[in-house]
Amino acid sequence: MIPASFSYHKANSVQEALGMLQQHGGDAKLLAGGHSLIPAMKLRLNQPSTLIDIRHIAELQTISVAGDHVVIGAGVTHHQIATNAHIHAHAPILAEAAEWIGDVQVRNMGTLGGSLAHADPAADWPAVMIASHASIEMQSASGSRTVGADDFFLGFFETALQEDEIITAIKIPVAGAHTGSAYKKFMQPASRYAIVGCAVVLTHENGKCTAASIGMTGVSEFAYREKAIEDALVGKELTPENIKHAASLAAKDVTLMSDHFASVPYRKHLASVYAERALVAAAGL
Amino acid sequence: MSTTIHVTVNGKQHTSEVEPRLLLSHYLRDVLRLTGTHIGCDTSSCGACTIHLDGKAVKSCTLLAVQADGAHITTIEGMAQGGALHPLQVGFQEEHGLQCGFCTPGMIMVAADLLDRNAQPSETEIREALEGNFCRCTGYQNIVKSIQHAADIINKKEVVS
Amino acid sequence: MTKLIGQSVKRVEDKRFITGQGQYTDDIVLPGMTYAYILRSPYAHATIKSIDTAAARAMEGVVAVFTGEDIAKAGINGVPTGWQVNFKSGETMKEPPHPLLVADRVKHVGDSLAVVIAESREIAKDAADLIEIDYDVLEAVWNPADAIAADAPQVHEGAPNNICFDWELGNPKAEVDAALAGAHHVTSLDLVNQRMIPNPIEPRSAIGHFESSHDRYTLYTTSQNPHLTRLLMCAFVLGLPEHKVRVVAPDVGGGFGSKIFHYTEEALVIWASGKLGRPVKWTADRSECFTTDAHGRDHVTKAEMGFDKEGNILGLRVKTYANLGAYLSTFAPCVPTWLHGTLLQGVYTTPKINVDVTGVFTHTNAVDAYRGAGRPEATYLLERLLDTAALEMGMDPAELRLQNMIQPFDGVSQPGYMTQVALQYDSGNYQATLHRGLEMVGYEQFRQEQAEARKAGRYLGIGFSTYIEACGIAPSAVVGALGARAGLYEVGQVRVQPTGKVSVFTGAHSHGQGHETTFAQIVADTLGIGMGDVEIIHGDSESVAFGMGTYGSRSLAVGGSAIMKSLDKILEKGAKIAAHKLEAAVEDLDFAEGKWTVKGTDKSIGFGDVALTAYVPHNYPQGVEPGLDFSSFYDPANFTYPFGTHIAIVEVDPQTGKVDLKRFIAVDDVGNVINPMIVEGQIHGGLAQGIGQAMFEGALYDDGGNLINGSYMDYTMPRADDLPSFEVDRLVTPCPHNPLGVKGAGEAGAIGSTPAVVNAVMDALSPLGIFNPSMPMTPESIWRTING
Repeated sequence: MIPASFSYHKANSVQEALGMLQQHGGDAKLLAGGHSLIPAMKLRLNQPSTLIDIRHIAELQTISVAGDHVVIGAGVTHHQIATNAHIHAHAPILAEAAEWIGDVQVRNMGTLGGSLAHADPAADWPAVMIASHASIEMQSASGSRTVGADDFFLGFFETALQEDEIITAIKIPVAGAHTGSAYKKFMQPASRYAIVGCAVVLTHENGKCTAASIGMTGVSEFAYREKAIEDALVGKELTPENIKHAASLAAKDVTLMSDHFASVPYRKHLASVYAERALVAAAGL
Repeated sequence: MSTTIHVTVNGKQHTSEVEPRLLLSHYLRDVLRLTGTHIGCDTSSCGACTIHLDGKAVKSCTLLAVQADGAHITTIEGMAQGGALHPLQVGFQEEHGLQCGFCTPGMIMVAADLLDRNAQPSETEIREALEGNFCRCTGYQNIVKSIQHAADIINKKEVVS
Repeated sequence: MTKLIGQSVKRVEDKRFITGQGQYTDDIVLPGMTYAYILRSPYAHATIKSIDTAAARAMEGVVAVFTGEDIAKAGINGVPTGWQVNFKSGETMKEPPHPLLVADRVKHVGDSLAVVIAESREIAKDAADLIEIDYDVLEAVWNPADAIAADAPQVHEGAPNNICFDWELGNPKAEVDAALAGAHHVTSLDLVNQRMIPNPIEPRSAIGHFESSHDRYTLYTTSQNPHLTRLLMCAFVLGLPEHKVRVVAPDVGGGFGSKIFHYTEEALVIWASGKLGRPVKWTADRSECFTTDAHGRDHVTKAEMGFDKEGNILGLRVKTYANLGAYLSTFAPCVPTWLHGTLLQGVYTTPKINVDVTGVFTHTNAVDAYRGAGRPEATYLLERLLDTAALEMGMDPAELRLQNMIQPFDGVSQPGYMTQVALQYDSGNYQATLHRGLEMVGYEQFRQEQAEARKAGRYLGIGFSTYIEACGIAPSAVVGALGARAGLYEVGQVRVQPTGKVSVFTGAHSHGQGHETTFAQIVADTLGIGMGDVEIIHGDSESVAFGMGTYGSRSLAVGGSAIMKSLDKILEKGAKIAAHKLEAAVEDLDFAEGKWTVKGTDKSIGFGDVALTAYVPHNYPQGVEPGLDFSSFYDPANFTYPFGTHIAIVEVDPQTGKVDLKRFIAVDDVGNVINPMIVEGQIHGGLAQGIGQAMFEGALYDDGGNLINGSYMDYTMPRADDLPSFEVDRLVTPCPHNPLGVKGAGEAGAIGSTPAVVNAVMDALSPLGIFNPSMPMTPESIWRTING
């Protein structure tokens, strides 16, 4: 398995990388951990003319808490997220979900920013980003902008990221008091991507749900928010019955994917089962 | 077209001119002739190519050699120090953790990463840590025992046979 | 001296593997090496209208491009098959050619079209991308049951209805029909033993090296039997003189059957090397392994078993359509017939058995032996029938088995057991393994636990499999009569060096089985020397007279016995030399602990001294040749018949259909054991593959004949966290007909385990109905089974 030829450039700063992107145009690809891109290049499904290596850019590698947000550099690896104290303290669902990604070797190389840019419909992060109300910071030569996770995932391997932009950071609101979260995943057994991945962040007071944020991946052509479940839960007691009822509304208004591991009806069924399991775990039942 | 890279592999420095598309696994095998790193698949799945890049287990089939510029790499050939086998190498031999031997280097390298993070892993933790490595011969059971054996050596506990 | 036989001696071969010093085929680099890339068909069935290789040839660094036309022009035959099965009518099976490169019509995805040979792997691949092929895509058929339909697309012109052969074994069908017609209860199952992809972790690789200085060829290849590859390639494909061709199988990274066969790529690199005068290396990508390593199983079967009121088996009727793929691989015709039909007696006293098998061509990759080869298919249908029948008749599955089992026999004081399907079992004690298994699992307690769980809405189940297999297939005269185009003996040469060190050459090949250790244990014990004084050499056609290789769990039973024969000759000759030196008669000597002693005296001579004398024969017995070096061919008297009991415990999540394999118990009787550690390792590995078939694996084709799960992203390999720790034990019923008393252990795990897991799921779901789960038991398939 040998990729087609390309030219390679290592960027030492975001500015430098942006300059290279401008210079090489649409056929250039950013290379972070490379764990989505290189496999595709080996199969020659992807044949970029230029790779711009951003793995060594220091400013993309930090995890910090700024005000009421955890700020994660786009170049932070899954493994760093799984083991970072700030994340465990303030955005525990990310630490939980990171352990579900690939295997340890993949987690050691693959990055959060790379995964979001790739936007595999069965990747774990998109659901977690939606549930966490993450915002994605992107920079281009003409400036920077921030897009909420709900507006970032636009289609099958399609995001709001433009060709001349780099994801620089992901901001996650710090989990407040009375918040519970969980990520539950039904794995495709071969690739171990999600057939269904359901991320839930719940706020509850005295057993009553005051806010619910639910992201779903693997089910449809791109990760999405389970609005119907959220609406069915907010203001309700977090009882097993109410959760079950709300979860039964999963995957109602989306186009479901199908493959030899999970047909449409089965995937839809699993979406409800995993929504329920994630809700139960997040509610601490 | 080619790029110059400087890498330290098993403590030895190398400077090489490589095509950017050269995979790190091919670089190690074909350029440095370190053929203990094996290639078993096209999809970053099997883990036979696992090495350590700056101390962390990675799949060398999913890295370009140019990405390793400036890095410290350890391969299976670098695990024994001063003629003494690494505890994992001892464990694999003692517990019959290998049959055909093809997956073994990758298994040892990923297990070393695990024991760096977790000196006394449970059986479940070991099995989970091996999720990126396929073995078709052993059914994994003796690989698990081999890693436990190595952990015991490292923790200087008495090995119960 | 401690006996080595029976000890878990640590493996001698491990040192090179744990340090990264193993040498596999792809590790070999020869001066002037070129690299081959094979362009393969993306279509299952298509006519080649044109191939344009001009751009590829023009690329800098390309040494040559060959197509099917070049192969045809060179007059090269296709790769042959090594086993002939006749139609019931007596007509010989259809045996269409399997060309090295296809010129006219491709017949499966992965069929070879052209080879590009270049200065580097990269250039070869880049150039192959420039080859333009104009196809006329045709309709394809992949399912054997569909392929025999009158209007099905035809794979080969000379094989009407895609039938390669039809074949029958056992009692006359009318007798079996009558037995079933008169039965109190008939259990009937439609079963698919799905197509498996062997997936050794080392991809196949071959290097052809022609040396014009000596007109010699060397093939380095990932093979389980280098001698057979040489024979087939020289005699049938390339017409090369065998004495000018050496075949080396260096370290091989697993085989599981898939590396037994002679593949087109081996002949191609040898031929191309001869043409170019440079070494040519080809190494498969994993995706090529998926589409071109011979697959396994793939039976569509209807199986019916009749019982009387008490649960005694009255008869068994089996109809199987066996998918052979597009071409006949080396042992393909033998697997669904002689390795399958002959095992349908199982461990039961079934008085009437009839099996009918139709071998079918389809537009898929070739199917051949995969760990167990035919015997897992037989075991699967038998053991599924038994557990299903027990449920249907309201009987206990363990009791039903015990009641129908053949009584113990040792094959020495009691004769072997003659089956209804052409075999004579060597020795057996089938009940004992089941009793031991029940004890290990805690059967009564489990049934209580299961009842409790059911009350709580949990679905726990237990499944049984009491298997038998036939290994070390032999003798040559018998297999010849059954259609084998080769003998099935083995060669073992023992060369005692002048210093008393011993080199042993075997025609068996180790690719994980640990021959370098097990065989050395036998030699060291027999000669009374240290393991360190013995070296086992294998995998080189030049090192030993001949060899039939390693498969069918035959290495120790057949290859080990060949070494034993040579050791006997060494000791016999050594005794003559010792007697001469000790001035005693041979009859007055005892050999023990590595020395010959004159009985009742302290006069003795060591093995090393005798060896030296043999090579420095100054003071030497008359009429005895110098040297101490013997080669033997061992042709066994019969197959060997390992057996055992496998028990699985599962829990099914009724919401998702996911099966959790909670426990797996295996009690195997593989006869005497030389190295328990290695045997246990073989069992573990076999179990993982058998469980993999039950739960995870299986090739899937779309209507166009495309393999839709041809990568590790889609084909589920069992991983460490998918499997429990197996609970294994062994019983010993020695093989009565070979000098070691061994039966073979390589395949037992894969043969016994599969039905146990499926039976356990059936048992778990039995409160909901009696289901026939299909393999692999993916969550969705179980969910659908439950939900209709």
